[in-house]
Amino acid sequence: MPLETVSVDTERDVSRVRRAITAYADNLSFDLLARTHLVTAASELARNMLAYAGGGSVRIAKLRHEARVGLKATFEDQGPGIENLDEALSDGFSSSLGLGLGLGGARRLVDDFELETAVGEGTTVSIASWHEPDRHPPGGP
Amino acid sequence: MERIAIAQIGDCLLVTIQVDMHDRLALTLREDLGQRLVQTQATGVLLDISGLDTLDTFIARVLAGIASMSKLLGAETVIIGMRPAVAMTLVELGLTLDGVNTALDVERGMALLRRKNA
Amino acid sequence: MPNEPQQPSAVLLNAVLSKTIRENRQEILQEWMGEQLAADTLRLDLIDEQTLELESREFLEVLSSAMSSGDAIDLESPPWQTVLTALEELSRSRDEAGFSATETATFILSLKQPLISRATKDLAREDFNAEVWLISKALDRLALYTTEVFQTRREATIRRQQEEMEELATPVVKIWDGILALPLVGTLDTRRSQKVTESLLEAIAATGSEVAILDLTGVPTIDTRMAQHLMRTVAATRLMGANCILSGIRPQIAQTIVHLKIQLGDIKTEATLAAALKSAFRESGLTVVGDS
Ligand SMILES: Nc1ncnc2c1ncn2[C@@H]1O[C@H](COP(=O)(O)OP(=O)(O)OP(=O)(O)O)[C@@H](O)[C@H]1O
Ligand SMILES: [Mg+2]
Repeated sequence: MPLETVSVDTERDVSRVRRAITAYADNLSFDLLARTHLVTAASELARNMLAYAGGGSVRIAKLRHEARVGLKATFEDQGPGIENLDEALSDGFSSSLGLGLGLGGARRLVDDFELETAVGEGTTVSIASWHEPDRHPPGGP
Repeated sequence: MERIAIAQIGDCLLVTIQVDMHDRLALTLREDLGQRLVQTQATGVLLDISGLDTLDTFIARVLAGIASMSKLLGAETVIIGMRPAVAMTLVELGLTLDGVNTALDVERGMALLRRKNA
Repeated sequence: MPNEPQQPSAVLLNAVLSKTIRENRQEILQEWMGEQLAADTLRLDLIDEQTLELESREFLEVLSSAMSSGDAIDLESPPWQTVLTALEELSRSRDEAGFSATETATFILSLKQPLISRATKDLAREDFNAEVWLISKALDRLALYTTEVFQTRREATIRRQQEEMEELATPVVKIWDGILALPLVGTLDTRRSQKVTESLLEAIAATGSEVAILDLTGVPTIDTRMAQHLMRTVAATRLMGANCILSGIRPQIAQTIVHLKIQLGDIKTEATLAAALKSAFRESGLTVVGDS
């Protein structure tokens, strides 16, 4: 179920993405560590979009599978694309002055990670994390 | 313009970061701190990040940058109060900030600076 | 989940079904109640007839509004999410009341007969078959969903119990003011080791402890993943402003660590928990009186 689309054109929008995902994760009662992992991964991807593609958009959606709920964020840009994907995903590779930890790190922080890219056309990265709401009322068994 | 306040305690500068720190704010802080260090000749910088609930590679890099800049200006930096979830996330990203001082709270940060500068 | 290709008449059949439910709600409800009361899965010891009727009426309403808002039965679409939510709620309360998964699924399945007989009344033969198929399939899926909810709840309970046991197995103990110890036992799997780290870090924050002793005396062997995990725990502890001491590393583990070429770097290690404690005292500026 789509929840919101945030367009990323300035660095302020990167914070907006973080805040939006924090709010939705809280809403679905993600635990603190899972939320922090997801928000941090989103922050890295939004930042990459801005740095290497001049901006793009983030679609946030709620997923559900049986009794589990998930939060998915899709980062889509029309930038230059990534020529060597293996290289870009490996820790320590950066075409800029970065640490080269963003992409590989984001992948480690979430449950699902998908990346599609075409040189000259753009890059789409989607990440998702899952959570099983505790169905017992507080204080219950 | 929005900025993060810098307080002076003895010969230490104390910065308390409470907001979701966006990039511009982080860069402004680095500049402001540089100026204050030169003005005050402070020998220590305490960066209290207990209010931050996320830290990505960019902000971590700015914090590490503040630490090395301060060192050049004669001050030790201590990063204070990193939350458990933030620490685990940074390590997962592959960032361990080796060589940067850390402390559980401001009091212990001050004690650490006293030991370092003794 | 991709939609199955819709037959040309499927949309029409959905419309028929939707209209049938809307216009014959009372009759359908009565027949449905009849089916439920006659079923041998009826549990009047767990639910009274009035509540059963209320729940049936409510569910029919939810179903009816989901039917009327779309032209295809797609459990992934927002209107159907409401139906799924209602089913989750129902399965939850039935599970808690002591119903079995089958008894709960029967609640949905017994709606088949009343729906089919009403919705197919005026249909031509080929449409009749398609409509029966459509209704059966939809209700089967909803019934299956209730069993899935049961299943997931069972799994969650087992997992919770497991977690409780694990918490017991890895207690973070405060052995002195400012000193925590985490005696690790057995082998740690990935999920559990993350939990252990999390509880250690939270205990550090809560107690303001500057030293954490990770005691490996109870750990017989260690693999790469676990060794790396230990290193990550040490790094995260340091980021917070505390220090780790590893103690009780058995020769086999030491060998693995050397063999894996894992850099212990400047991590402090001690042979025994007692030695680690002494070293922690020193670090906190305490002296052990009477120590030889
Ligand atoms: N959206 C994108 N479009 C084009 N290239 C990209 C995109 N995202 C990442 N890249 C490429 O992949 C490389 C690795 O990205 P990654 O985020 O891992 O490191 P970084 O951004 O260089 O540094 P860090 O994120 O650690 O500050 C980048 O240097 C860049 O060349
Ligand atoms: Mg990056």
